[in-house]
Amino acid sequence: MEVAEDRLTAAGFEELAMPLFDQLYNFAHWLTQDRTEAEDLVQETYVKALKGLSSFRPGTNFRAWMYRILRNTFLTSRTGLKAAATVALDSDDAPELPSGSDTPETILLEQSQHQLLQDAMQELPTHFREILLLCEVEEMSYQEISEALSLRIGTVMSRLSRARKTLRSRLQLKLARP
Amino acid sequence: MADHWTEKLDTYLEGELASGEMRELDAHLRTCTACAADLLNRVHLRRAVQTSGKRYTASPEFRQRIKSSIASTPRRSPMRAWLFAAAAVATVLVAAAVTISLQQRFLQRQVFSEVADLHVATLASANPVDVVSSDRHTVKPWFAGRIPFTFNLPELQNTEFTLDGARVAYLRQSPGAELLFRIRKHRISVFIIQERAVARGFGRDTGVQQQATFQLETWASGGLRYFAIGDAGSDDIRNLADLFKKAAAE
Repeated sequence: MEVAEDRLTAAGFEELAMPLFDQLYNFAHWLTQDRTEAEDLVQETYVKALKGLSSFRPGTNFRAWMYRILRNTFLTSRTGLKAAATVALDSDDAPELPSGSDTPETILLEQSQHQLLQDAMQELPTHFREILLLCEVEEMSYQEISEALSLRIGTVMSRLSRARKTLRSRLQLKLARP
Repeated sequence: MADHWTEKLDTYLEGELASGEMRELDAHLRTCTACAADLLNRVHLRRAVQTSGKRYTASPEFRQRIKSSIASTPRRSPMRAWLFAAAAVATVLVAAAVTISLQQRFLQRQVFSEVADLHVATLASANPVDVVSSDRHTVKPWFAGRIPFTFNLPELQNTEFTLDGARVAYLRQSPGAELLFRIRKHRISVFIIQERAVARGFGRDTGVQQQATFQLETWASGGLRYFAIGDAGSDDIRNLADLFKKAAAE
């Protein structure tokens, strides 16, 4: 989603930014876990983006830019600060998986336990949850994720790998509970 | 299972491996059942996360509030009020068209993604087809009673394509046919499903396009929707699609 210079007007902003509304809202709600906070976060993101339109570099990725604003806004919010204080970034808290023939994936597929998966995703540390959402739900490339989260590509790859490992472990534990 | 490859499976699925490694891993997956099974698990998890991740929807009121807060407000001239009225009507029509178009594109992306996942699952499976035959006169009758439609299979004599076999596949929760072909070292899946089962707006023939790391072409014929997908070149995909189109017209 690279943007040419002549589209960077207030009217052009609306045309570019509104199609991102649904996905930004979904992402914000996953981060904040609260409807009102998600609405505040999205509203603040749009206001900041419109005000800071001149700082957007034409030819770069507009979607990644919007996500970066939303994420930075979240990190400085009360919930974001609390999340950052609770979990040290890049911590690897995935316990080893018990061995077994049924994997969490096959059980999920067979039983359509989406609620269980959503719970496991909700419980992930924020930095794992956000990178999984950007990769799997928003289908962003590593480059886009790197721009949105201000991370090096190598960090994107390693963090994604740990996020998936943690998610699988948590699913395994949830599925093992009676 | 080769640890060297295990750690690259997700990058492979995301289409972010370098092309050389992509080919090497393709070849490895054909011989290593453990890695193939691992890949299949990862496909399942990705699909589940993709579905579960689209969880929250904003209220229409909130959407409108954001739209109003960022909308540009041009100054109006009373002399040209009618022009603005006409422009407003045109804007509504364009917005409706854009909304419909965006919705269709979103649905199309979902279907393309599902087709790519099914193809990867087939490649990763130890038993990729349920009927193993290169004879179209064996494969076509096998579907009788298994899917709610029939279709013509192309004659492959004097072509580079070989039919490996087929199975029933479910796309958008509807039963359809998956035919697995081979050309040189590449494999191509052709999915056939009733047109009404998939989102509208695909167009009759899209030409070959990129989906994940695969080439994909979709077209409609006789109330059926076809998807040809594989890691072969776009010319190969197009040639196989043309053979199907010719067979459907017979």
